[in-house]
Amino acid sequence: MGFPFKPHPRENTVLSKHFGQAEARTLDGWKARGGYRALEQALGMDPLAIQGVVKESGLRGRGGAGFPTGLKWSFMKLGDGKPHYLCCNADESEPGTFKDREIMRWTPHALIEGCAIAAHAIGAETAYIYIRGEFTEPLAVMEQACAEALRAGIIGKNAMGSGKRVDVWVHKGAGAYICGEETALMNSLEGKRGNPRIKPPFPAAAGLFGMPTTINNVETLAAVPPILVNGGEWYKKMSRPDNPKSTGTKLWSVCGNVARPGNYEVEMGFPFKDFLYDLCGGPPPGRKFKAVIPGGSSVPIITIEEAEAALMDYEGMVAVGTMLGSAGCIVMDDAQSIPRQVARLARFYAHESCAQCTQCREGTAWTTKILERMVAGDGTTEDFDTLMSLADDMTGKTICVLSDSCAAPVVSGLQKFRGEFEALITKKSVHTVPAIVA
Amino acid sequence: MTAPTANTPMVNLTIEGRPVSVPAGTSILEAAKTVGVLIPHYCYHPALPIAGVCRMCLVDVEKAPKLAPACATTVAEGQVVHVHAEKARTARKGVLEMLLINHPLDCPICDQSGECELQDYTYQEGRADSRYREPKRFNPVEDFGGDVMYVPNRCILCTRCVRFMEDVAHDTVLNVSERGDRAYIGKFEGKDLTHAWAGNVVDLCPVGALLSKDFLNKARSWELDRTASVCNGCSQGCNMIVETRDNAVVRLRPRPNAAVNEFFLCDHGRLTYRWMNRGDRLEAPTIFGTSGPRATDWDVALAAAARVLKGKRVVVLASPNLSNEALYFLSRIVKQTGGKGYYRIETGPEAPLPGVEDLALRADRAGNGRGAELLGFERSDAPLSGVSAGDAVLIADHDLSPDDAAAVARASAVVLVSTFSPEALTRADVVLPIANYVEEEGTLTNLRGRVQRFLQARAAPGMARPSWYVLADLCNALGDRQDSMTAAQAFAALAAEQPAFAGMSYDQLGLKGSMVAGATAGQTSLGAAS
Repeated sequence: MGFPFKPHPRENTVLSKHFGQAEARTLDGWKARGGYRALEQALGMDPLAIQGVVKESGLRGRGGAGFPTGLKWSFMKLGDGKPHYLCCNADESEPGTFKDREIMRWTPHALIEGCAIAAHAIGAETAYIYIRGEFTEPLAVMEQACAEALRAGIIGKNAMGSGKRVDVWVHKGAGAYICGEETALMNSLEGKRGNPRIKPPFPAAAGLFGMPTTINNVETLAAVPPILVNGGEWYKKMSRPDNPKSTGTKLWSVCGNVARPGNYEVEMGFPFKDFLYDLCGGPPPGRKFKAVIPGGSSVPIITIEEAEAALMDYEGMVAVGTMLGSAGCIVMDDAQSIPRQVARLARFYAHESCAQCTQCREGTAWTTKILERMVAGDGTTEDFDTLMSLADDMTGKTICVLSDSCAAPVVSGLQKFRGEFEALITKKSVHTVPAIVA
Repeated sequence: MTAPTANTPMVNLTIEGRPVSVPAGTSILEAAKTVGVLIPHYCYHPALPIAGVCRMCLVDVEKAPKLAPACATTVAEGQVVHVHAEKARTARKGVLEMLLINHPLDCPICDQSGECELQDYTYQEGRADSRYREPKRFNPVEDFGGDVMYVPNRCILCTRCVRFMEDVAHDTVLNVSERGDRAYIGKFEGKDLTHAWAGNVVDLCPVGALLSKDFLNKARSWELDRTASVCNGCSQGCNMIVETRDNAVVRLRPRPNAAVNEFFLCDHGRLTYRWMNRGDRLEAPTIFGTSGPRATDWDVALAAAARVLKGKRVVVLASPNLSNEALYFLSRIVKQTGGKGYYRIETGPEAPLPGVEDLALRADRAGNGRGAELLGFERSDAPLSGVSAGDAVLIADHDLSPDDAAAVARASAVVLVSTFSPEALTRADVVLPIANYVEEEGTLTNLRGRVQRFLQARAAPGMARPSWYVLADLCNALGDRQDSMTAAQAFAALAAEQPAFAGMSYDQLGLKGSMVAGATAGQTSLGAAS
């Protein structure tokens, strides 16, 4: 549990250990907490050896897709004579997600250290941290930390006296959700409109400025230093025994109708039921949980029954028909109208569509208009078929997955809470939102 | 993707059940074209970088998890592609429906109607009706400067125009502004589509979003007759299509030719259609006697022309826009009479299209200067300065400067073979009216030496006859026997006598042309033929 609260005893704080400690932001404070030992160690290691440790740890991308990090790094062809780049994706814009913000706010040096290690591991001399434009405080903290690290010679042309060059730059985005998509992020960094690119070529072949590039999430990179210090085996152990595919700890951002919203760091495989009722303190007084979007707004909605049966790792979430995603957990109680929530989510995607692909540009807006009309009480039964057919058109047919992300909550909402939509049409029970209990 | 060379390995695949073999690196879309399968598409254009945004070219590739965009997917050995698989058709149907939800469906008043790819593909595989019940987005029409008007409500945001201006014209004027369904083609502050080649965005636009202001509301596309031709506006020789309605030229559009102009035509060239319709034409053979001008028939006029020219040194002032055939017969008259042939070319600023090699609106604003040069004519800014009192002057469709007119006044005989009467001309003995170049057949030689055919697009006014025909008859009247009854025969006669044109014939030229002997073949590099 992040600042200003104490961690829950059942949390395992690897990344969030120093949240709330102002001196952890400073270089001296970070060093006093064991910081930059991992980087020193890494700079003396062969890049392939670092990749090996990360592969062994089982660390997977924390941005949403869950791609194995070590494997991703191994796609970078070392010694090909081209400049390599590392991009840190700090454009945390997924509704419901605010874990990277806290990492950058409280432990900026953890990210710089992670970036420097990763850069060395993929043969890059330059790392860009692309921060979401709205993150003004994390930006200021990161910039200060970078300047401090540069002054101290930790990064720069002779990183920690190793003779190796690692430049870390902080780049501020301008407020576009889509710039969190890795190829759009690269376009934005290049000064172009933040439109996703067609793949192939994949970033490891031709990414930023046409050069081999790796893009990693903030949380992924921040997890690298402890892995290097404690070893891959240590990290791997933090998983449920029957599922070695999801390892380590995971930061969960919890928002919505829970007694104690905030960031929680638990080991992979933690029971979701305990998480919701024990760590998060259950629903607000007098309410019951109804639904959960466990992985940021792009993943399918699940009912509370499904959530209570779920285990909190990549496979555990897939088992109940959703995804771990960015672990931005949006909890809804029985006072919430699912059609209203789904309409609001669709509106977000319609607003953020980059307008390249037809299905996304037109489909997200059309979906929003239908849902908002339904919420306003003008829905018809044909709208169900239209929405499902649009969702089908919007899934798996575009350059990036923004339109898929818009379709996912619509489809799952319609499937699991069809009664609420039907009630809007038959007007048998018009949903009224009870006053929120403070 | 780099251009395939002779060493590029071939890839074998199956598209719609047809075996296809294409160089590695070819897209599925281009591979399908080689076996006559057109995969529906909007954003793809062979002259522009791949965007992959319209999602119209989705096809089913066996063993692939998802539908593949045919424009952005390269062929692979053993691939089996189904363009019309149920899955692919459903996806494209969805795209078509979405492209039309905010479209005003105003085909009856849209200039693009009849040549609109949105219409074509919707008829081909779209839904009969729309399920859209919501209000449509509306944006007002915008003037993009130059000859271009933007109707955002019809726009499908394929970005062909944006990519053309950025990657081919190298003049970044257009962009995609806003996001989501609010997006539209925007114009950068203070910029206009004033680039010399900007008019091409109108042709590139697959729908009625970018329209030519010049052509606006002039004709319905299905009323137009189309004729293959070559632009006479400069020495580049861009291939073009002349579009006529009721015997009037209403629009000129580019005709693809990879060796000359790829897919493009400049704005200067597009507007040359205006003089093709000029009304003040010479229509009847005329003899100027003591009692003034007298319209007569062709035989009398030709005999009269021969009579006044005979025995004199004939100085010919020939238009560099005349066909090779006409210039050839003029050159015979020059030779026979021991005279001299001249031409003058008006010039203007050169305007290249940077994204295409060796393509520009050339400084020389005439289509056949090279042909005139090859046929022994001399370029001069004061062409008639050498005319002396005993000489005859033959003016072949050339305008006259005041100096020219003074020289003409010195000559002992003047014959005008022309489409129009030059304003400065004070006297002529015989006037022979000819067809202008869209009213006849012939060939032009461009600056790199490419000989290209143009066909007849409209009927000549009055008694005017094709230029080569009139001049062949004049040769005959002067005792130099010529038997050309068709333009093809006239060209054959030229090819038989002139080494530069040796071996050429209309059949051999086709509609893409070929290079004169000694010129660098194919896509020429600058300076190769200078």
